[in-house]
Amino acid sequence: MSGNFDRVLSRDTLRRRASLLLRLHIDGLLLLLLLILAAGSLFILYSASGKNWDLVIKQATSFGIGLGAMLVIAQFEPRFMARWVPLGYLGVVTLLVAVEVAGHTAMGATRWINIPGLIRFQPSEFMKIIMPMTIAWYLSTRSLPPSLKHTAISLALILIPFVLILKQPDLGTALLILASGAFVLFIGGLRWRWIVGAVAAVVPIAVGMWFFVLHNYQKQRVLTFLDPESDPLGTGWNIIQSKAAIGSGGVFGKGWLAGTQSHLDFLPESHTDFIIAVLAEEFGLVGVCLLLLVYLLLITRGLVITVQAQTLFGKLLAGALTMTFFVYVFVNIGMVSGLLPVVGVPLPFISYGGTSLVTLLSGFGVLMSIHTHRKWIAQV
Amino acid sequence: MPQPIQLKDHEKDAILVRRRVLVGLVLVLLLIGVLAARMYYLQVVQFEYHSTLSENNRVHVQPIPPNRGLIFDRQGRVIADNRPSFSLTVTRERAGDWKRVLDSVVEVLGLSEEDRVLFEKRVLQGRRPFEPVPILYELSEEQIARVAVNQFRLPGVEVAAQLVRHYPQGAHFAHSVGYVGRINEQELKQLDPVNYSGTHHIGKTGIEKFYEDVLHGQVGYEEVETNARGRVLRVLKRTDPVPGKDITLSLDLDLQEAAEQALGGRRGAIVALLPNSGEVVAMVSQPSFNPNLFVTGISFKDYGELRDSIDRPLYNRVLRGLYPPGSTIKPMMAVAGLDAGVITPTSRVFDPGFFQLPNVQHKYRNWNRSGDGWVNLDLAIARSNDTYFYDMAHKLGIDRMHDYMTRFGLGQRVSLDMFEETAGLMPSREWKRARYRQSWYPGETVILGIGQGYMQATPLQLAQATALVATRGKWIRPHLARSIAGEPPRDPNPLPDIELRDPRYWDYAAHGMEQVLHGPRGTARKVGDASAYRIAGKSGTAQVVAIRQGEKYDSAKLAERHRDHALFVAFAPVHDPQIAVAVMVENGESGSGVAAPVAKMVMDAWLLDEDGKLKAEFAPPLTADGEKP
Repeated sequence: MSGNFDRVLSRDTLRRRASLLLRLHIDGLLLLLLLILAAGSLFILYSASGKNWDLVIKQATSFGIGLGAMLVIAQFEPRFMARWVPLGYLGVVTLLVAVEVAGHTAMGATRWINIPGLIRFQPSEFMKIIMPMTIAWYLSTRSLPPSLKHTAISLALILIPFVLILKQPDLGTALLILASGAFVLFIGGLRWRWIVGAVAAVVPIAVGMWFFVLHNYQKQRVLTFLDPESDPLGTGWNIIQSKAAIGSGGVFGKGWLAGTQSHLDFLPESHTDFIIAVLAEEFGLVGVCLLLLVYLLLITRGLVITVQAQTLFGKLLAGALTMTFFVYVFVNIGMVSGLLPVVGVPLPFISYGGTSLVTLLSGFGVLMSIHTHRKWIAQV
Repeated sequence: MPQPIQLKDHEKDAILVRRRVLVGLVLVLLLIGVLAARMYYLQVVQFEYHSTLSENNRVHVQPIPPNRGLIFDRQGRVIADNRPSFSLTVTRERAGDWKRVLDSVVEVLGLSEEDRVLFEKRVLQGRRPFEPVPILYELSEEQIARVAVNQFRLPGVEVAAQLVRHYPQGAHFAHSVGYVGRINEQELKQLDPVNYSGTHHIGKTGIEKFYEDVLHGQVGYEEVETNARGRVLRVLKRTDPVPGKDITLSLDLDLQEAAEQALGGRRGAIVALLPNSGEVVAMVSQPSFNPNLFVTGISFKDYGELRDSIDRPLYNRVLRGLYPPGSTIKPMMAVAGLDAGVITPTSRVFDPGFFQLPNVQHKYRNWNRSGDGWVNLDLAIARSNDTYFYDMAHKLGIDRMHDYMTRFGLGQRVSLDMFEETAGLMPSREWKRARYRQSWYPGETVILGIGQGYMQATPLQLAQATALVATRGKWIRPHLARSIAGEPPRDPNPLPDIELRDPRYWDYAAHGMEQVLHGPRGTARKVGDASAYRIAGKSGTAQVVAIRQGEKYDSAKLAERHRDHALFVAFAPVHDPQIAVAVMVENGESGSGVAAPVAKMVMDAWLLDEDGKLKAEFAPPLTADGEKP
């Protein structure tokens, strides 16, 4: 495996730098791509927030914290993670139950655990990392493809937090956690006919959920998604506005800070979930394609790490994290451009918001850990 | 499980995962392709559609104009209110070729080319982008219907309901309350653009102008979303406006009407005020005009008629009419002479029919050419003897005279809250030097003694000077507002009371004025004889055309408009003054013959009950030995 490095890094200086990164358990390519996204994010955020420096500085700080978290997490060996993840899973599920019982309510949803004066956080964010880890831990010691029994147990492990988070209610996060667990099963070789069967079963389940689980606002979102123009003043407003913003950008965009839709306050949440609309309006199709390219490179790198991972746990976890990251991207851009229902999923690394940044970067820390500890293990 | 199998499994797992990753990568590429295609569709295929959409989409902040405060008379009757009215508005930004739209409006409503010119002017007065500018007020049902039917031809044109000022009393208070009108260019530069962002009208004259700040209120806002045609889709946020404060005036509708009737269709001015409070209860300037004409924009023709009329209906005679006060100033001159010590109540002057300065040939004539003989103060006022006051003025001198007359309010603005009051003129040496670069001549002092010469005063100033005699020098600025949202108006710059060496001097002057109406030789004794209560008054004539030396005033020879203005000032009842009045009848010639009866009618209307007796609250207290005047 060290041949890889010999091929790429012929110069001594580069080798030394690379070895420094290696010693820090940082993957240089991932870091470079993340920094590009970070820089782009601050750029767009400055415009989307209406030249709000405070917001940009806050976001930059969040990036710093997230990179720190990534660096710390990258130091842990995947084996260490696998050892402690069952406890982590139980702990976060307990917290989710605690949220259900005594959580802090804000904006009509109970998502936070609030210890006054100390900390306020969303346990569901932890689950975004813990969930794929748990399923990967569970499946890595079993034979693949997973048997019906192991699949059922995995699904049970997925569904417990899924339902708890869905009840908060936080459809976006619940779906992401469901996806992150399901991707482990997928990477682990879940039989195709089961997958097809599950997709087929989704229809009656969806109908059931429509009547029994979904909140009115969620139903409304789905309905609005089907025909946004039917309710242009209510829930369809977001999509119509974001489509107008994106569409009016054209090929090259209106230019940085020159977007009219976002700056005239047409676009709701223009600096959080709908920030891609600002980017699309100001930088056009070119800007969007460049962003998609960076995402694609990140995902490809993640999948390469998956393939190169030495342990099954590492493979399953890296693959699931990477695919979940893609789900973030796809769901967000899909919803803003009117392809998918509006669910509260931020655009990874671009949307404003410290929590999601730290969680995402932690995920990349895990990826780096998997990749960089691999050689360490090999050498030992 | 045995070891070899596990190792094999490991290899198998790696292949399985690699396969799944490949599937995943294909999926990712596919879906990213979908996203890119979607973006291509939105940004390239539908670019035109979305860019027009984004152009036309606007969130607007619409100002909500506050409701203007109402104005009531002292008995709570409405003088100015706001009425809903439909107006036609044009939003230039939405009309496209707005000049053509205006053509269509004119055609649809069958209006004239003059209206078209006016509309264009009004549209150009629009201040903010996307502001609907009213171009035509008071739409009729038919006009609204016509606009609705032709809406497709009239982009940017809307029928809007708004509150418009209305003066239910019409011409009665046009000169005191004034009127509002459309904000013009000049006003636009001075007013607060935020607070007036939704307001189209502003006080132009009178109370409406003076209390504009109070009446206007505070603007509110509405954040609205509008579609491409400018129609409001929904209200996002609303801050309610603070309505203007109501004002209750001291004016009394009944007295106002009575005073106008008393004038009997003649041109002139009447001010009636309550000396003890400074409240103006009637303010008449005739002819008047309908203030409602000005609210929605007066037509050129109507305005031309008002402006060019020989009767000058727009001219506020009470506040801006300047007249030599004539003999009406004599009681105040008497007070000045007494206080300065140049006369006493008993000192006498012989009147041969004229007065001459020492060593000067010029004769200053008494109105009674034959002379009144020996004249004391009482008789001098009652007979309005000029010679006595020529003599007194000469002794007093211009400096002291200027000082005293200024304290009576002459040559300065006296009112508290009246818009565009004229200061008038009380001449002095300094004034003459500045004005004419000449020194003061003694002869000019002499004629000032009978209120002629440079001296000029408004009817309001005369009323106030008379009220000062009634109140024995207590200064309260005359005002029209009785309460502003429940609060009485405050005088930020009060004038000092007139303190005399001996307060009895007031009584001597007042007694002389009483003799004018009730004395055997009083000039207005005919009016006094018919009165149910004792009146103190003084007549006067204000010359319109100068009479040359030695020439006799002959009214028959003079054109009607060149005849003297008749003046009369009075207060009553003498024992406890309740009302002070100044009357000016244009070209009325005789103060005591024409103006005095008018003054009496005004005072009667205020003081007498239906039976022609003094109202109970004004009646003199009964003493032990019965009634006493």
